[in-house]
Amino acid sequence: MIQLAKTLRVMVLGVAGSLALGAMPLYAGPDDGAITNIPFSFEGPFGTYDQQQLRRGFQVYREVCAACHGLQYVPLRSLSDPDGLGMNPDWVRAYAGQMFILDPHTGEERPRKETDAFPARNEAGMGPDLSLMAKSRAGFHGPYGLGLSQLVNGTGGPEYIYSLLTGYTGAETDTGGAYLYENRAIEGAGIAMPPPFYDGQIIYADGTPATPRQMSMDVAAFLMWTAEPKLVARKRWGVVAISLLCVLALLLYLMNRRLWAPYKPERL
Amino acid sequence: MAGLPHDPYEPRNGLAKWLDTRLPVVRLLHATFAAPTPRNLNWWWIWGMVLAFCLVLQIVTGLALAMHYTPQADMAFASIEHIMRDVNGGAVLRYLHANGASLFFVAIYLHISRSLYYGSYKSPREMTWIVGMIIYLLMMATAFMGYVLPWGQMSYWGATVITGMFGAIPGIGPSLQTWLLGGPAVDNATLNRFFTLHYLLPFVICLLVGLHIWAFHTTGNNNPTGVEVRRATKADLQRDTLPFWPYFVIKDLLALVIVLVVFVAVVAFMPNYLGHPDNYIEANRSVTSPHIVPEWYFLPFYAILRAFSADTWLVTFVHWASFGTINATFFGVLAVTGAIMALALAPWLDRSPIRSGAYRPLFKWAFWLLMADFVLLMWAGALPPDDLSRRVSLIGTGYWFAYFFVILPLLPKFEAPRPLPATIEDDFNTRYGQHDE
Repeated sequence: MIQLAKTLRVMVLGVAGSLALGAMPLYAGPDDGAITNIPFSFEGPFGTYDQQQLRRGFQVYREVCAACHGLQYVPLRSLSDPDGLGMNPDWVRAYAGQMFILDPHTGEERPRKETDAFPARNEAGMGPDLSLMAKSRAGFHGPYGLGLSQLVNGTGGPEYIYSLLTGYTGAETDTGGAYLYENRAIEGAGIAMPPPFYDGQIIYADGTPATPRQMSMDVAAFLMWTAEPKLVARKRWGVVAISLLCVLALLLYLMNRRLWAPYKPERL
Repeated sequence: MAGLPHDPYEPRNGLAKWLDTRLPVVRLLHATFAAPTPRNLNWWWIWGMVLAFCLVLQIVTGLALAMHYTPQADMAFASIEHIMRDVNGGAVLRYLHANGASLFFVAIYLHISRSLYYGSYKSPREMTWIVGMIIYLLMMATAFMGYVLPWGQMSYWGATVITGMFGAIPGIGPSLQTWLLGGPAVDNATLNRFFTLHYLLPFVICLLVGLHIWAFHTTGNNNPTGVEVRRATKADLQRDTLPFWPYFVIKDLLALVIVLVVFVAVVAFMPNYLGHPDNYIEANRSVTSPHIVPEWYFLPFYAILRAFSADTWLVTFVHWASFGTINATFFGVLAVTGAIMALALAPWLDRSPIRSGAYRPLFKWAFWLLMADFVLLMWAGALPPDDLSRRVSLIGTGYWFAYFFVILPLLPKFEAPRPLPATIEDDFNTRYGQHDE
């Protein structure tokens, strides 16, 4: 018994250890110190999105970011997903209809439907698409570049977005007409995007004071949702799958013990 | 099928007899499940079952993904997002497949390590080992090509660096690389052929797994003592072994389910931990990824590839001796090839008459040092290419080759092995107590 438990422990630790050791995503990036760790509601095995926060973040995107950034991979209909923003489908349909798309079949412009995606912003001078931004950046790399802190904190994509949006130092460099704005979250001279938020820029529908910090945090959460809309469903699946596997493991354990009992008298 | 004698298959009804005289598949299955298996196998022998599961998991999830994926350079990245957002269960399917590759490699590394420790590769099981090594190579090729399919930045630049290994071969290299890529650089033609091969190779692996199982059913399993099963009489054989079904199938399944708990936790709660964030940026041939790293399971070999620079004295010497044909890059390629070849040649490099490392006091140290070396190389492979990573890689590479070409052949000359148990039965009873049959 004890021997078996010990062996199983070694095995489980072995797998976990190999995964942990194997997972050493070392990226040359800015110092982790520049990235603020935020306890977002969607972290951890049971974490889910905060619907009010996502709606606020969506409002920030709609009223500020959308001027220069697209969300080309995000279908508009997913706005009514109850695991995410849970917007009213009629509202989504009306919102979609305000934006236009070049229909590939007719070759003519028509209002968007909820089955279309958000517009892309590929024109010159526009910023990068934000659909996957929260997954295409890692905020945490430590300790010693081992990436193990991600086991506890997550990869830190939303934290990176928050830290970037709040990381402007105020210094700027003129590079022959185009300005670069110094930012603690990135290396080098700076970023082409000027500080996007100021106090009282928007009025939140739910009455939350719209400070730049609040807006940064909300839009970071919203962008995590655009990058990983199935996060809640995935975790729900995981909890069910692990529960079932644990039951199966218990049954197999009892069966295995009984099967081997005649051959292992000292184990019982 | 040869192998250890077991209870013969007796078809019970007319249909079974009819089939057995025409196509004895049931007889084959019976032989597989009735195979006498050393009763003292420990928990390190479960990884074969995990590997079999991984192969099935990857093929099944891969088939479903292939139905929704578009292998076209302008559409591949978007089709992955289509899978993640529009396909029912698509996000879980894709995360199962992507992390399934990691589980596959965790399992094969532990499976290979078990073989190295208990000397399973030694005579008469060399063919099992060699077939296993070919499976491992094909797995690496399949995983590498699979990583290119999402057409992210790391897909693109990883493919560029790795196919560059072929480009480093003197003379034919550049033409070979162009031929492999289907053009001067990684592009649509590369993506198409990688998709085709990524789909094909798992089925080749299935065939080889059949050969792998056939080979060790012919010789019988090794076991933690390395002492062979007695086969002089049926009674002796039965005292050393138990049939694969149900004793080892149930044990393996128990282990598999426990492993799957960890696996599902990774897939459900941290599915992107083992991936690289850059692969969520679409491939862009005009923007090089700042720090190109392969997936974790390639890192040790990536470290060996990068360990050598023009001022490493060995490289300087070989460069001079080969009249400038072999430069540092090609030397690195040779080192990686050599490191894998050394592993494949282990049955002939190891001169110890004692099969199991458990009875070799000095070997144990060398073995665990090799394990540590593997982890060290993995870390060095992940570091940015600087002086520190090169120095660590060089030390790691040195030990890797020393283990296979110096320690395995020479250690038996200095080592006094511990006494072996006379039989597997003795070993089993010492551990678990006498019992009545």
